[in-house]
Amino acid sequence: MGLSFLLFYISAAVAITTAIMAVTRKNASHALIYLVVTLLSIAVIFFLLGAPFAAALEIVIYAGAIVVLFLFVVMMLNLGRSSVARESQWLRPGMWVLPAILSGVLFIVFGYTVLQTENSAMIEGQVVPPKEVGTVLFHEYLLGVELAGVLLLAALVGAFHLGRRYLEERREN
Amino acid sequence: MTTALSIPLEHVFFLAIILFLIGAFGVLIRRNIIFMLLSLEIMMNACGLAFVAAGARWAEPDGQIMFMFILALAAAEVAVALGLVVQLARRFETLDIDRAEELNG
Repeated sequence: MGLSFLLFYISAAVAITTAIMAVTRKNASHALIYLVVTLLSIAVIFFLLGAPFAAALEIVIYAGAIVVLFLFVVMMLNLGRSSVARESQWLRPGMWVLPAILSGVLFIVFGYTVLQTENSAMIEGQVVPPKEVGTVLFHEYLLGVELAGVLLLAALVGAFHLGRRYLEERREN
Repeated sequence: MTTALSIPLEHVFFLAIILFLIGAFGVLIRRNIIFMLLSLEIMMNACGLAFVAAGARWAEPDGQIMFMFILALAAAEVAVALGLVVQLARRFETLDIDRAEELNG
């Protein structure tokens, strides 16, 4: 017994709070910064669960690459004060009631299902090192790796195509 | 080697469920497409957390591998979706997803 379980609950509370903040902010940059804190606390949880490689990937790729991509687009579109005012107009009070009720119902259903499982056990935090992950990844999941490569290539071509047409249109104007 | 953690598997699953539902709630209430994509990221993270927790329960690397596939999927999705956001902002001069309902270029 150590402080690990306490760290887990603290990180979980931080993740939930910042996720709620990220979803409800009006300023896109503020929401993205809250999202970074959510991702970092999930990375802490990965470390505690004994998945150091997943934690490193969470920080490097999610918090480092994906959120920066979001920030680039937010800066490129130049979302300033006017967009905050427009967000207040779009986020009318009262419109969140039905989604909140639906989420609550789903929570009850999910929670009931999880509590029904027979296979309950404690997580001991047995560390699975990156070497083991790499060995299994490139033996049993080799086809998945190839498919992920094809998917990323398709995304690259798609993103290039969308960006290229945008540049051409701007040149014509 | 362990991290001396001792918590029930259900607690991690409950955290994943709560994060997933916060993301779903965000997708439902927002009209700005950037915030909808941000909520989708939270939902995918919740899925990854559930996979890693299940992998940690049996101390197998499969959970982490599934998380890496989710990561690749998220990266691909964000790249294409942000290209679409830029196009939407150029053509309709708004980020309101309801304006892009005509589907003719």
